[in-house]
Amino acid sequence: MEPDAYLLSRIQFAANISFHILFPTITIALGWVLLFFKLRYARTSDMAWMRAYFFWVKVFALSFALGVVSGVTMSFQFGTNWPGYMERVGNIAGPLLAYEVLTAFFLEAVFLGIMLFGFRRVSSRVHTLATFLVAFGTTMSAVWILALNSWMQTPAGFEMRDGVAHATDWWAVVFNPSFPYRLVHMLLASGLTVAFLVAGLSALRWLMGDRSEAMWKALRTGLALGAILIPLQILAGDQHGLNTLEHQPAKVAAMEANWQTRGNVPLVLFALPDENARTNRYELSIPDGASLILRHSPDGVVPGLDDFVAEDGTALHPPVMPVFWGFRIMVGTGIVMLLVSWVGVWFVYRRAVLPRPLALVLVPMALSGWVATLAGWYTTEIGRQPWLVTGVLTTREAIGPVPGGQVGFTLAVYLLLYASLLVAYLGTLVFLARKAAAAGDESPLPAVADSSLNQPLAGE
Amino acid sequence: MTVDWPTALPLVFASLMGLAILIYVVLDGFDLGIGILFAAANDEEKDAMIAGIGPFWDANETWLVLAVGLLLVAFPIAHGTILTALYLPVFALLFGLILRGVAFDFRAKVPPQRKSRWNAAFFAGSSIASLAQGYMLGVYVLGLQPGWPVVLFGVLVALCLSAAYVAMGAAWLIYKSEGELQVKAVRWLRHALIVTALGMAAVSLATPWASPRIFEKWFALPHLFWLLPLPLISGVLFLWLFALTFRLPAPGDRHALTPFLILATIFALGFAGLAYSFYPFVVPDRMTIWEAAAAPESLAIILVGTAFVLPVIIGYSFYAYRVFGGKAGDLRYD
Repeated sequence: MEPDAYLLSRIQFAANISFHILFPTITIALGWVLLFFKLRYARTSDMAWMRAYFFWVKVFALSFALGVVSGVTMSFQFGTNWPGYMERVGNIAGPLLAYEVLTAFFLEAVFLGIMLFGFRRVSSRVHTLATFLVAFGTTMSAVWILALNSWMQTPAGFEMRDGVAHATDWWAVVFNPSFPYRLVHMLLASGLTVAFLVAGLSALRWLMGDRSEAMWKALRTGLALGAILIPLQILAGDQHGLNTLEHQPAKVAAMEANWQTRGNVPLVLFALPDENARTNRYELSIPDGASLILRHSPDGVVPGLDDFVAEDGTALHPPVMPVFWGFRIMVGTGIVMLLVSWVGVWFVYRRAVLPRPLALVLVPMALSGWVATLAGWYTTEIGRQPWLVTGVLTTREAIGPVPGGQVGFTLAVYLLLYASLLVAYLGTLVFLARKAAAAGDESPLPAVADSSLNQPLAGE
Repeated sequence: MTVDWPTALPLVFASLMGLAILIYVVLDGFDLGIGILFAAANDEEKDAMIAGIGPFWDANETWLVLAVGLLLVAFPIAHGTILTALYLPVFALLFGLILRGVAFDFRAKVPPQRKSRWNAAFFAGSSIASLAQGYMLGVYVLGLQPGWPVVLFGVLVALCLSAAYVAMGAAWLIYKSEGELQVKAVRWLRHALIVTALGMAAVSLATPWASPRIFEKWFALPHLFWLLPLPLISGVLFLWLFALTFRLPAPGDRHALTPFLILATIFALGFAGLAYSFYPFVVPDRMTIWEAAAAPESLAIILVGTAFVLPVIIGYSFYAYRVFGGKAGDLRYD
């Protein structure tokens, strides 16, 4: 029996894009953090800033490479697995992707070389400029990709002619209703991911006995960044949710596991949504909570999932369980981030110490940004189903003719490859931390014999 | 004079895509070739070889993204047809590129005892990606048809394109290295050159035989006369380069970059020949560039951006190559 190519292709794309997003999430914000380190060094001439730069630029290079190769893979998978996508909406998706490659991808890829290896070859000013251009390039990449993703969620500025989408207003295509919210939400998510990665890896170095000034500088930067960004993110997330309520009510209904359209909807803290019985089991909830959050009034009406069922009983809303839980994991992680970063800032800035228990909490929190980002993307992407482009193209319509057996084979190899790369990546981060911790402020600046891709050293 | 945009735009985009593919093949060709040459190098040489491509490979690979991006945006229907027909080879290519790209960074950052593992991954990834590209070229040349003869031809082109990449890699090394490694690179170039020449001859002969239409385009008079310089110049360049390998490295390191430039010219000529053969089809004998093209207004908006941005990209790419010009040994890692 031939396995189901549709299901396997979906799993494959999900695996690919989940693996991919881990790395841009890091590089988008880490580029700016590196620029910050570089500018601090330029202003203070304090070598510790440069040591922090040299350590984190290695993390950047590694993350960037993983992001590039998994991104290239995705651009091919549009064609190999989802040819219906470009056939139907290629006139819109095409230019957005083209502008991403032209204005962002090349910029970052070319200046990355100068940023990584050019410290000796160009003036410090040009090196700083290269760092800026790489950071700017990664951010522009995110802008274009999020414009396209948002257009798929809330399409605008187009008309259908002979079953093919044609743009009528490019401004409306790019600035479609959910784009500004999604962009801000994602850029803040990237900032938080990096904040906790920097703080967590610095805490790991501290636990390994590192008391170097470079470690402290990175730790303080990470904690402060997290503490500043998390309240902003909560605000941005709330606004994004209200935007989704307006444009994709079925998604919000699934996020809240709310079955009937009504007022006084409770905020469900825990439940196992049951799509067959169309009710929640083991529900634990706060009365009026969802109405208050979404309508800012206890008797505000929140849409229910039962409104999105066809007459023959097929669900026109997304699967409830993953959207409901994805959303809760994201929000839960955000709350922990708030607590940890504020407590951390208080200790590190006010008392200038890092208590051991706090360090032990910060280390696993290094990956909290990944958890929240993935959970959030699962919420919004699964929440778009059964549509690939809302109201224009269903995911099933886009599938190509490749037999399921072949997709199953490639999926198995991809999963194996991604799992090994993830283990290697995390292992390497720990190894780099250990090496930096062992060297402390005495680290040779910055290279050793085994590092032919490292930074050339600062003039000494 | 009025321009007929619906006719002109697909043509412009086909040329742009061709340009992106050619630049990709020349630039990432030497990266991949150096990866394959890892099999023949010792550990110290490997570091020097990586130093020779370190600052560039990322930008080089971006040309592939641009090429497939242009195929995707300008010829959406062809994009689906070609990539689904080549599902498994495309997968092999991506697998190879992933392995190559990450091994590049990991090998420099992992504990020393694990380095050889990533060196092996770098070799494997580069080889798989080169072979997959050659295989796809072979299958595409024969019109994406099924059948064993096509597969065999694909394997033949896979080997020859890999040899061509090895030649590119060796030629780049001659420019980037000195001393013993440079001498080695000259030898590598000479050997790879023979296989490359055979491969180009095989593709040049197979293409017209596989398609009566292409045969007609090449061998009907008077086309033959003004097309004749294409293979003739390529042949002369091959012989010149082959002879040159016996005189390199030259005193004062003269002609260090010449082999690379000659090879790039040969690639460009071969590519021009292929482009002439297939025009106006984007899927051989099935779909022309006009049948496959996206809506003119979408193409126009991309073209406006491309016209401004592409020269800038080429400009700053030149700048990056100049910053890292000269021998790779000058890259200081101490």
